[in-house]
Amino acid sequence: MDLRFTPEEENFCTEVRAFLAQKLPPRLSERVRAGKRLSRADMVEWHAILNSRGWLASHWPTQYGGPGWSAVQRFIFENECALAHCPRIVPFGVNMLGPVLIKFGTEAQKRHWLPRILDGSDWWCQGYSEPGAGSDLAGVTTSAVHQGEQYVVNGQKTWTTLGQYANMIFCLVRTDREAKKQEGISFLLIDMRSPGVEVRPIITLDGAHEINEVFLTNVRVPVENLVGPENKGWTCAKYLLTYERTNIAGIGLSVAAFEQLKEVAATQMRQGQPLAEDPLFAARMARVEIELENMKTTNLRVLAAASGGGVPGAESSMLKIRGTEIRQEISSLYRRAMGVHARAYVDEALDDGADGPWVGPKEAAASAAARYFNNRKLSIFGGSNEIQKNIIAKMILGL
Amino acid sequence: MNFEHSDERRMLADTLNRFIREQYGFATRQRICASAQGCSREVWQRLAELGAIAALFPESDGGFGGAGFDIAIVFESMGRGLVVEPLVGALMAGQVLATVGTEAARALLAELIAGEKIVLLAYEEADTFADPSRIALRAERAGAGWRLTGSKSVVHQAEQADAFVIAARTSGAVGDENGLSLFLVPRDTPGLSLRGYRLIDGGRAAELTLGAVALPAVSLLGMADSAHPVMERAIGYGVLALTAESLGAMEAAKEATLEYLRTRKQFGTPIGSFQALQHRMAALLLEVEQARSSVINAAASLGAGRTLRERALSAAKVTVGRVGILVAEESIQLHGAIGMTWELPLAHFAKRLVMIDHELGDEDHHLARFIALGRGKALAAGAP
Repeated sequence: MDLRFTPEEENFCTEVRAFLAQKLPPRLSERVRAGKRLSRADMVEWHAILNSRGWLASHWPTQYGGPGWSAVQRFIFENECALAHCPRIVPFGVNMLGPVLIKFGTEAQKRHWLPRILDGSDWWCQGYSEPGAGSDLAGVTTSAVHQGEQYVVNGQKTWTTLGQYANMIFCLVRTDREAKKQEGISFLLIDMRSPGVEVRPIITLDGAHEINEVFLTNVRVPVENLVGPENKGWTCAKYLLTYERTNIAGIGLSVAAFEQLKEVAATQMRQGQPLAEDPLFAARMARVEIELENMKTTNLRVLAAASGGGVPGAESSMLKIRGTEIRQEISSLYRRAMGVHARAYVDEALDDGADGPWVGPKEAAASAAARYFNNRKLSIFGGSNEIQKNIIAKMILGL
Repeated sequence: MNFEHSDERRMLADTLNRFIREQYGFATRQRICASAQGCSREVWQRLAELGAIAALFPESDGGFGGAGFDIAIVFESMGRGLVVEPLVGALMAGQVLATVGTEAARALLAELIAGEKIVLLAYEEADTFADPSRIALRAERAGAGWRLTGSKSVVHQAEQADAFVIAARTSGAVGDENGLSLFLVPRDTPGLSLRGYRLIDGGRAAELTLGAVALPAVSLLGMADSAHPVMERAIGYGVLALTAESLGAMEAAKEATLEYLRTRKQFGTPIGSFQALQHRMAALLLEVEQARSSVINAAASLGAGRTLRERALSAAKVTVGRVGILVAEESIQLHGAIGMTWELPLAHFAKRLVMIDHELGDEDHHLARFIALGRGKALAAGAP
């Protein structure tokens, strides 16, 4: 039993820190730290910086341009990035589609699509959920009818994160209406510039435009854009979900957010003393700090158990549930810490270049409550926390 | 990074678990609890032979372990077996003896490790609520020796002890960290009286009353007035032991409850097929894993500097306090009416899980302590 990283892992940690210190533009990290909105260009810029170092696609083996990292190295990298307030890696191409193509794609598909993910030629979004298929994902009804060398696709996808920036979407489509639910699904890559694709924004409760609806009307897709065999898309879908849930605990993000919480708790006053000295607030903070410390070790235990480059199995459901609960609790405390000023909704304060004057404490400036409300999504996406409990009950408990 | 125990530790765990399975089954444990002594000297001797006591101390003190994970391994087994013999009290007393390090103390520690003597730490009083600085039992100089007056509360298996390590106030006022001293008090010392009683979570305990107990000068363990850091260290070992014991009991309760969900049928189907119950069980599993991580963190920090170590210990006690009670309450609820019965082993695991929160500081106590230590305002005693 030894909780320390190996000397090699410690060296890797140092290497990542040095890279971030040198290559992460302060302009970007400051924006992330302040909870400001990032533009498409910001995210593209960060991808390019990581790609130039060969660190963009952390899940990919070296032969496809990935770094070939172990699970522990990925954990270290993602933590260090979060602690340094890096922009997040847009996961849809590199972390979701990439592993699916590597596992199920043809040689031609890999040769064509993988380099384009790395160099930013394509911005991918995820066409999974539909109005009638959320937690019950296998209930997708978007249809793809095979006609000659094409599929003709009709239907609607929704909750499409950053779809407004994307030129490509990977979709679960129904290719067999007669088959049993999971068995008539195929995995299809669709060019969003095709005629019949329409993207409409969905504004979330915090006022942000992060997600979209995607309407597909008689969209013609070449058959070579099918990944895996026809009607076997569910296998790809499930495989992708395991990657979606990797590092789902977001330990680094929580640690970074908790540090920010400590900063505001030291300056925000209640009854003549800093919030950090207030017994009730301090107790709330201490509880989440303890859970986070426990979670770090739980996460490392899961990684150690899945070592050998694999991805964690059903255990990642535990990480997802508690990890998101912790992140939500921290943003809840951050909101509480702002007191009356949490209500101020100064939208322009979130824009790039906004430089005050602030309403209330600078950190509050419109982001505390907005972040809190935005973070309600954490326990819903990637398989809601209730779905995760179903998975635990079935896969781990055998109920 | 490696979360596997060493071969030696795994062998020790296997040995202890086998002993519990084969010689300390639930019926045996209940028979011991129901006996007049509420404790088995034979079991104590057996545990010593198997190395359960020696594993708690390093080689330099006559044992073969003493690291955080040695202690965690032993007590997780004890928790799985609901062992009522007083290992926690002996661990803390032994730590004091090891720290004091005089020839007499080391000789007594050797007897403790061999299972020949039972020595227990007695520090809690009616108003201490886990905080040693609240100790009020007085020790005054009397000639060349000392005279002790006061009482100690809920000393686990005190009736079995050959001697006690008693924490007393030799100067200062209640609330001061300074002014505490430790004394070795043989069980048969005139003026020391015990009022024994059963415990709801098994075994027995006693209230100790010391009416002007006269002790020779050699009874003082270590320096007068400066026992606080020694006690903090010893209690820290006890806290780790309890958290690991709790973890073992949680695992046993979890397994029993899971088995019940799989086999108990209502509405023509196992009740484990109902989502309302599945989700509660999934949540329980997650909490137990978090508790296990907290115990790992505490065990790994046992040799660290004071703030890190004590915070990790308090974090673990907060966690197992909360999770242990949750597991107890949920296990009873998921069992339904049968969970309310004395005959069901689960019920006794549940009682132990809840009562662990009443030993060596509860969830609130350790949450406050975790906060104070984080501010650097806590007791400045001891090394950093």
